[in-house]
Formats: sequence, structure tokens, C-alpha cells
Amino acid sequence: MEKLLELDNLHVSFQTYGGEVKAVRGVSLSLDKGESLAIVGESGSGKSVTSKAVMRLLPNKIGSIKEGAIRFQGKDLAKATEREMEKIRGAEISMIFQDPMTSLNPTMTIGKQIMEGLRKHQNMSKSEAKERSINLLKLVGIPNPELRVDEYPHQFSGGMRQRVVIAIALACNPKVLIADEPTTALDVTIQAQILDLMRDLQDKTGTAIILITHDLGVVANLAQRVAVMYGGMIVETGTVDEIFYKPKHPYTWGLLASMPKLNSDSKELLAIPGTPPDLMNPPKGCPFAARCPYAMEVCLEHMPEATNVSSSHKAACWLLDERAPKVEPPEAAVVGGAR
Amino acid sequence: MAVVEREKLLEVKNLKKYFPAGKKGVLQAVDDVSFDIYKGETLGLVGESGCGKSTTGRTIIRLYDATDGEVTYEGEDVHGRKSRSELKKFNRKMQMIFQDPYASLNPRMTVKDIIAEGIDIHGLAKTKKDRDNRVYELLETVGLNREHANRYPHEFSGGQRQRIGIARALAVDPDFIIADEPISALDVSIQAQVVNLMMELQKERGLTYLFIAHDLSMVKHISDRVGVMYLGNIVELTTSDELYEEPLHPYTQALLSAIPVPDPELERSRERIILEGDVPSPINPPSGCRFRTRCPHAMDVCAAVKPKWQEAREGHWVACHLYDEEAVKQNN
Repeated sequence: MEKLLELDNLHVSFQTYGGEVKAVRGVSLSLDKGESLAIVGESGSGKSVTSKAVMRLLPNKIGSIKEGAIRFQGKDLAKATEREMEKIRGAEISMIFQDPMTSLNPTMTIGKQIMEGLRKHQNMSKSEAKERSINLLKLVGIPNPELRVDEYPHQFSGGMRQRVVIAIALACNPKVLIADEPTTALDVTIQAQILDLMRDLQDKTGTAIILITHDLGVVANLAQRVAVMYGGMIVETGTVDEIFYKPKHPYTWGLLASMPKLNSDSKELLAIPGTPPDLMNPPKGCPFAARCPYAMEVCLEHMPEATNVSSSHKAACWLLDERAPKVEPPEAAVVGGAR
Repeated sequence: MAVVEREKLLEVKNLKKYFPAGKKGVLQAVDDVSFDIYKGETLGLVGESGCGKSTTGRTIIRLYDATDGEVTYEGEDVHGRKSRSELKKFNRKMQMIFQDPYASLNPRMTVKDIIAEGIDIHGLAKTKKDRDNRVYELLETVGLNREHANRYPHEFSGGQRQRIGIARALAVDPDFIIADEPISALDVSIQAQVVNLMMELQKERGLTYLFIAHDLSMVKHISDRVGVMYLGNIVELTTSDELYEEPLHPYTQALLSAIPVPDPELERSRERIILEGDVPSPINPPSGCRFRTRCPHAMDVCAAVKPKWQEAREGHWVACHLYDEEAVKQNN
């Protein structure tokens, strides 16, 4: 199948005061047409930086793509000029940000904000663009769109604002939608509304979604494929069922085990001890070795290669080497119990 | 669970906290809330933003003065007029852990001084050495070490800072701790560390917790009983197992069904109750039952009469007309 978007050995660094922070260190990913891929990880794992690199939204004085390629429809976005990127952002690839309170312009009506992209990318006339804006608001479930199109962001609630942000992102029928923690700032009942809407819109429009989140519940709800990031690298990728039911990497086990389950009575959570690595001086070997209960000598010295578990499932862990001892995931990491 | 007469540590009766809003408006953040907390238990308080759960916690510990109602701690009124010395005595028993570990520690004080502030105020250490030793001990209790004492908060990660916040709360040897969203600013793997620490401390020291959070799965994990708040009211209160197995209030049912579960197969097959619309403003809340504007089972009586807070089953309290036979009759 034809790949829509392909990241190949992407490296992103930030120049800071204290030295170079290697935020993304060799990420390779691909996205098919119309699929939804979740990138999961904790803060500082490089998941947001990866997505910002695709949009070329890194702060240009300090952040830069050091190595690697971002292939989108035959073009390498890592080398695209700013002018070329302007044609792609919002039209071909668009983005939903975490906080709907700050990602809208408070001084413009929401209609104007939706029309901005339509006028620029699709050369629509004002009246055409306005009509399309009203239709988009209807699509994302905002009541009375004819009236609300002329209102300002402060007149909307948090959930409604996120719907507006989604409408803006979908305005030009993009092929890829990057959603960076789209529901983190929202309450659970509103989150359920937005997740429902995103699934529905994906069915209707066929847009591919890259979902960036730390919430495994949201992943299980929305994603078809999952990439787990840690310390600037992808440690495991697979279909959503493979990651939840047959995880292979100890970090994925740790993530699954540290979430309390609504249907279990276990009294202690299995916490991952320690803290994530400092990416100013990234460890030589596996980034998770320092916190991994199964770490071996080789883990500290050499980064494991991604091993194929199945045609769609890969994990980068020395435990998968044939010379390594056989280890079973902890009981707390088993999702769904006897299945 | 055997029904034993448990000792009440804290009683909250008809607590109200209103804030002035604009020229004539009044924001009813907490409106007529009553519950008890028993010695040694963890009571969870959940709800969405703006439901008044934090305000309830802050009013109990008297960071806010109550508009009306009563809070008694071991039979003593917390909100009566009190002299400084009386308040001080009371503050030793009750402590608080805050949500944001980045904002709740003074950046210009060393960890030692932050933790020892309570010790100094209450005069719990006689000599400087005694003070130091107490701080070292506390640091070790929460999983840090004594070398950390002379550092400043910015040198620590979020999880470590929350441990410092816990050490500060423990410094005066309290019986009761109010934890206001203590883990929501932390990463998943770190959340589990902090929750495990809090549960361990409870076992060792016989602490009583009021655990305020919006993450229902974590609240279920840590709490013995859970109260659900909506727009300033408690709508349901029962043991955490019963609440999750048999929620009675339509809001609790919706809230539970809205949480995405980390289990893809379950997520695909699950029927969800998706609530329409948003939470109304607490400045002008709906008449009768405050949830009726979003409730899938709303009846006429819900707009007219405020539902009674009643024990629908033993130990299972709910405020909803669906479980009030008289109200249902009246409606027909």
C-alpha cells in the first residue's frame, strides 16, 4: 500500500544554554492513507517535537532537523522551503493543538479564522468561504452555526472551542491531521464528545490522523496503530491490539501496569521507578535501561535494533534477542485478563 | 464489609461557599454539601472542572471562610470564631497537598526550609540539629535523600517536587490530609509512584485522606468511598466498589461511561452515554436538580423540586428523583 507520510531516521535537536538537547533521536514512522496512528509517550519523550518537525513548526533559531527525511507525497519536507511549507500547512497537513483556549485568536470572529485558510489555499470568495465555514461548524456539531459564525472565541465553552479548532483544521480537506493532545485540557464528558466527533469525521472525510497523547485510554478508543516513544526514540510499534494485548517492550509493560484498571482490585500499582533520561546527555545504550527491571549489561552499552515480532509489530529491546533470557510481562500489564 | 460503628473524624454539614461575581451575581461554587469522613479512610471526591470539589477541600481546611454550614473536626467546630492559638492547634491536625508541584513550593527557599516551616511555626524542634534530623527523616520517608535538603525546588522533577509537598504536609504529624489533585500534573508512570507512596504512608501512620481528583480510575484505586460532585452539589456517595459497579445517579453513569479504558476490544464494543452540551454556569444554576439540563432521564419534577439527599441503599447516598418514589408519583 502506498505510504502517505514517511519519517526516515529523523533527528531533531535544540540548542540551549546548557548545550544541545537531542529531543528526537532517529525516529522512523509511516502513515497510510486514512489510518489513525497514535504516538504515545510521557512528557519529554519527543512525541510533540516529532509532530512539530513534520509541520516544520520548530522554533527556527534553536530547533533544527539534524538528520533524516520526512517524505510526504514524494517530497522531502525536511528540505522544503518556507514558501513550499506554506502551501502544505493547513491545506495538506493540518494540526489541532492541545489547548483550545490559546490556539484561537481572541480578537477575530471564529468565522474569520475558519475562512482564513479557505481564502488562502482554495481562493474562495468571501461569501463562498463563509458558507463553507457554516457547513463546517454544522459538521463539527455546533448548534445555530449561522449565528455562531460571527461570534468570538470567548463566547464559546472549552469543548465548543475545540470543535472550532477541529473545523479550522478540516477546512481545506487535509490528507493528514495531526492532533496533539486534543482532549487533554477537556473534562471527561466533553472528551467523550470530542473523541466521538473525531471518529465520526474520520469515517466521513477519510483523513489520516496522527494522534499524540499520553492517555492510553484515548489511544484504545481512537487509534488503529500505535508507536510508543521514550527518550526521543520509538521503542515499540504495532497495531493497537498488538500493543495492548501482546506488548514486548518493558517500557510498554510499565505504562500499561501503572494505570489503575477500573475492573480490578489490585492494591498496589506497578510504578516505573526513577525518572526519564536527560536528553542533554542521552545514554549510550537503550534509553530505558536505567529504569528497566530486566536491564542487562548489553542494554547500557548498545542501543538495541528494532526487531520484527510480526509483519506489523516491532520492538527495540535486547530481550527479543535470541541470546537473552525469556521474560514474561508482569501480571499488572496484562490488559483484559483472560481472553 | 462488616458494619462497624466507625469513628467520625470530620463532619461536613450543609456547607456553602459563594463567591461574589460581577455587580450583582453570586457564584455558588459549593451549595449545601454534607458528608462525613471516618478515621483512617480515604474519601475520594470527583467531578469535572468547576464542580466545586477543590473549593470544598479548601473551605474545609479554612483557606476560604464558609458562607454557611458547618465543618466539625473531632466534634470541634472549624469555622467558629477562633483565636490564633486555637487555629494553630487545629492546623497541626489538618494539612494539604496541592495540585501543581511547580507553583506550590516557594522557589526562593531551600527544600529544608520549606519542609521545616511547619516545624518552626509549631515549635516542634528544640535545637537546630533536631530540626535538621526531622527534615532528613521526612525526606527519607518520602523517598528522597538527605543530600536534597539544601537544594532549591527548581532542581527537582515534578514527581520529586510532589514528594517534597508530601513531606511538608507530614512535617507537623497531621491526622488528616486533604490532597487536591495531587497527581494530575504528573506523568502516568510518576503518578503511580506518588499514589503508592501516599497509600504506604496511610498504612504506616494511620492517616485519613480527602482525595480530590478528576481522574476516576485513580480515585477508585485509592479511595474507600467516593463522592461525585456536579455544579456545587454532591449527587452520589458510596463505597468505591459499589459506585463503579452500580452507579445510581445518571451523571455518575455518564461520567463512568465517558472514561476511555485502555483496552481496545472493550472500547470497540462499549456503549457510551454521551452527554449533550456543557456544564451550566454556577452563577445562574438550573432550578431543581442542577443536572436536569443534560440528564437523559429528566422529568417535569426535576425542574420544580430539588432532589432529596437520601440513602437509596445501605451506605449508598444519592440525590435524584428517580430513586424517590414520592417524587416519581408526583410527576405522573
